[in-house]
Amino acid sequence: MSDLLFFFEVTLAGLGSGALLSLTALAFVLIYKATRVINLAVGELLMLGGYLFFAFAAGLGLPAWAAIPLAIAGGGLVGAVVERGLIRPMLGESPIAVFMVTIGLGSILVGLVELVWGTDPRALPAFMGNAPIFIGEAYVSRKIAIAFAVAAVVIAVFLVLFRYWRGGVALRATATDQAAAYSCGINVPGVFSLAWVIGCGTAAGAGVLLGSIGGISPSMGVFGLSALVVVIVGGLDSVAGALVGGLVIGLIEAWAGTYLGGEYKLVTTFGLLLVALMIRPYGLFGTTEIERL
Amino acid sequence: MTAPGETGAAHLEVEGLSLSFGGLKALRGVSFSVEPGSITALIGPNGAGKTSMFNCISGFYKPQQGSVRFDGRDVTRMHPPERAALGFARTFQNIALFRGMTVLDNIKLGRHAHMKTGLLQALAYWGPAQREEMELRAEIERRIIDFLEIDHIRNMPVASLSYGLQKRVELARALAMRPRILLLDEPVAGMNREETEDMARFILDVKEEWGTTILMVEHDMGMVMDISDHVVVLNFGEVIARGLPHEVQADPHVTEAYLGSGDPAALMARLKGEAGPADGGSAAANRKTREDVA
Amino acid sequence: MQIGTAKHSYQADEALLTTRPQRVWMALFAASLCIAPFVLDNYWLYLACLVAINVASATGLNILTGYTGLVSLGQAAFMAVGAYTVGWMQLNLGTPFLLNLVAGGIIAAAVGIVVGIPSLRVKGLYLAIATIAASFILHFIFVNWQSVTNGNSGLTLTPASFFGTPLTEYQQLYFVFVPITALMVLGAANLFRTRVGRAFIAIRDRDISAEVLGISLLRYKLMSFAISSFYAGVAGGMWAYFFRVVTPESFPFVYSIFFLAAIIVGGMGTILGGILGAVFMTLVPELLRFGIDWLTPVLPNAAAMLSPVRTIVFGLLIVGFLIFEPKGLAEIVQRSRRYFHLWPFKK
Repeated sequence: MSDLLFFFEVTLAGLGSGALLSLTALAFVLIYKATRVINLAVGELLMLGGYLFFAFAAGLGLPAWAAIPLAIAGGGLVGAVVERGLIRPMLGESPIAVFMVTIGLGSILVGLVELVWGTDPRALPAFMGNAPIFIGEAYVSRKIAIAFAVAAVVIAVFLVLFRYWRGGVALRATATDQAAAYSCGINVPGVFSLAWVIGCGTAAGAGVLLGSIGGISPSMGVFGLSALVVVIVGGLDSVAGALVGGLVIGLIEAWAGTYLGGEYKLVTTFGLLLVALMIRPYGLFGTTEIERL
Repeated sequence: MTAPGETGAAHLEVEGLSLSFGGLKALRGVSFSVEPGSITALIGPNGAGKTSMFNCISGFYKPQQGSVRFDGRDVTRMHPPERAALGFARTFQNIALFRGMTVLDNIKLGRHAHMKTGLLQALAYWGPAQREEMELRAEIERRIIDFLEIDHIRNMPVASLSYGLQKRVELARALAMRPRILLLDEPVAGMNREETEDMARFILDVKEEWGTTILMVEHDMGMVMDISDHVVVLNFGEVIARGLPHEVQADPHVTEAYLGSGDPAALMARLKGEAGPADGGSAAANRKTREDVA
Repeated sequence: MQIGTAKHSYQADEALLTTRPQRVWMALFAASLCIAPFVLDNYWLYLACLVAINVASATGLNILTGYTGLVSLGQAAFMAVGAYTVGWMQLNLGTPFLLNLVAGGIIAAAVGIVVGIPSLRVKGLYLAIATIAASFILHFIFVNWQSVTNGNSGLTLTPASFFGTPLTEYQQLYFVFVPITALMVLGAANLFRTRVGRAFIAIRDRDISAEVLGISLLRYKLMSFAISSFYAGVAGGMWAYFFRVVTPESFPFVYSIFFLAAIIVGGMGTILGGILGAVFMTLVPELLRFGIDWLTPVLPNAAAMLSPVRTIVFGLLIVGFLIFEPKGLAEIVQRSRRYFHLWPFKK
């Protein structure tokens, strides 16, 4: 019985980190959908979000309710600057070149953070409380539960916005056919900027959540790689794919980490990625690209 | 078994070929034969299945039914590279030259399937590998570059060439493939009159000097009627007429496929029933044919 | 633009160096490579060896990514395979040094072929991501295959011995590494004079048409992976003899990014580009070190800034070259050559 309870607890923790993965994956999907760019710097933006929160909350002593929006806005601002300064000049270049630009960007962000805050890991000021939560008999860390709830709400909001909000519709239209969207009067460059701002803001927000669970360090951007696996498995252009993929990967990582050992976490994830690529190259929910002679 | 590298004209037979993409039937039981050493033209309105046919013959699409036979040998399930080694050579409707290479390298590439240099020899570039390259270069210079009159551009990157020249380089590359059957997908599409005449002359020369069997898809009826020995007309994935150029031209089915029957009731029925196959472009092409012939 | 050429044979027309100035420059360069070990001090010889290793590996990646168009972020992992092979053979079999290097290359090539299998199904970014996955899986193997890799503590090698002389000094290693790298670069240049190299470029430019023209994608994509990782394996083997300790952390993921950055900065799809990029990217961090040393009297904290500044400059170089000079240093060289061709006569 206690084995089963333990399994249940591990599963809940897996769902919690899965929700964070989904949230980060959402940043990939938003940007990819609108601009067809895989932004490998999402992990580093997430890290930056954590550090911005640290700066506002611990450095300036702001309360959490002020520091969190500021961190998210900071991430969004970086997104806007990056889109205008680095991505737009690359329009029309090969996707690989743009991908490499984001890798370079990631390196710049890591260097800047190390320059300002140093390389040591730090803990974020607590703002969620510590009292554990019980579901039935199963124990869940309060932070993970809160992270799960926040991620779930944010994803739900995104799904609604995508469906009904004008900006969301414009984004979907741009994703389907840029030229057609242009000729319907949609401000395509505006949509690009919007996607980068929201995507990077989302990543920064995820960074605050992740940092408050496990602390922050300049190397926490690796989390972005797991989220990248999520979007490849789920489909790069699918919000639903990010949601489902995140939960699946979160669960598998939690189970592998607990029952096989911590070092199996990443290898299981990447093994899964390879299998997914071989079986369904464009993801579970992604759009298949058709090749013509 | 036919050894790769054998020369001479090949006999191509297509029998009962059917191809569908999901619910869309691109080809329905198409059969025709291309006689050795002839020029056969495959014509038909846009969307009739001509390019699908070509892709089945060169192995890019796998037909669901039917067979493609090359000198009596069934090649339907063969991969494109194996077909290339047998002597299938083709050009593409949208020019498919390799933009990162010079004209000369593009042409040399055509010989790929008939060359032997392996990886280690290539790394050393010594002995047989070098000899093979030099023989190839000499042969290309002698037989292809001179023949197609492209010696002035041999070291230019293909991306800098005019459309007509790019088409000619594509033909050069196909000739470097030691073709036993040459598949030309719209060789003169988008060319002006002068370029079209040049290309027609080259195609006839290839037939006469190289003795290669040629199958081409073309919309320029003037050229089709002038140079082909045999014409096959496709519409909605079916052969609706075949024969000598003037026979096909006189066939009422062909006129109907291109222009419609001229009966308003039939036209309305077609518009309601299925998407009309004949568009302005092919109708114009047909009108041009009449003028040319007249 | 030259007014004419006076070549009498196709052989002369297809030589690697076709003009007299090119041959003169190459001779000068070769001569300076020969003299270098006698004039450089130990620190610069250390850098020269490191550059040789990186040039070999970057040239390999250039064959795969620059010429065949298959983006790989696994080059460092392939180097690690070569390094471990060399280390294991030296410790367990005691086989000669050159044999070990070749074996390192071959094993890396075999792993490369396996990693390349997804390239038959996916391409572009998806393939890049598959190679990321493969390199993390390889890292896992290096950590956990204790009996061969000795886990996290890694392998410690004895110096390579060449006809009985142990190679311990950088000068000695230089005399071994530089010729090996030169041979590998020459091999890569030769490749693109033959049908194999043409097939690679054809796959990069239009893979589907390439197939119809008689190029087997399966064969040539995997072949490209094999050569590229062979180069990486040999480079990794040299690395192992150079540092003489191989651990799972010797070849981090960022080292793979380094190689991709090197061919971007140098110029993808040109042999010269691979060389220039590797040299440049290896030397820039060292130049930064001089800069920081020079700043230390002014900024007492400067030493601590070195590592972050290197990371930032690394990123800036990638981004800057992609945006402003996408064809890399090789294009800059070409441009200055053209400029001097016409020099006093044209502004």
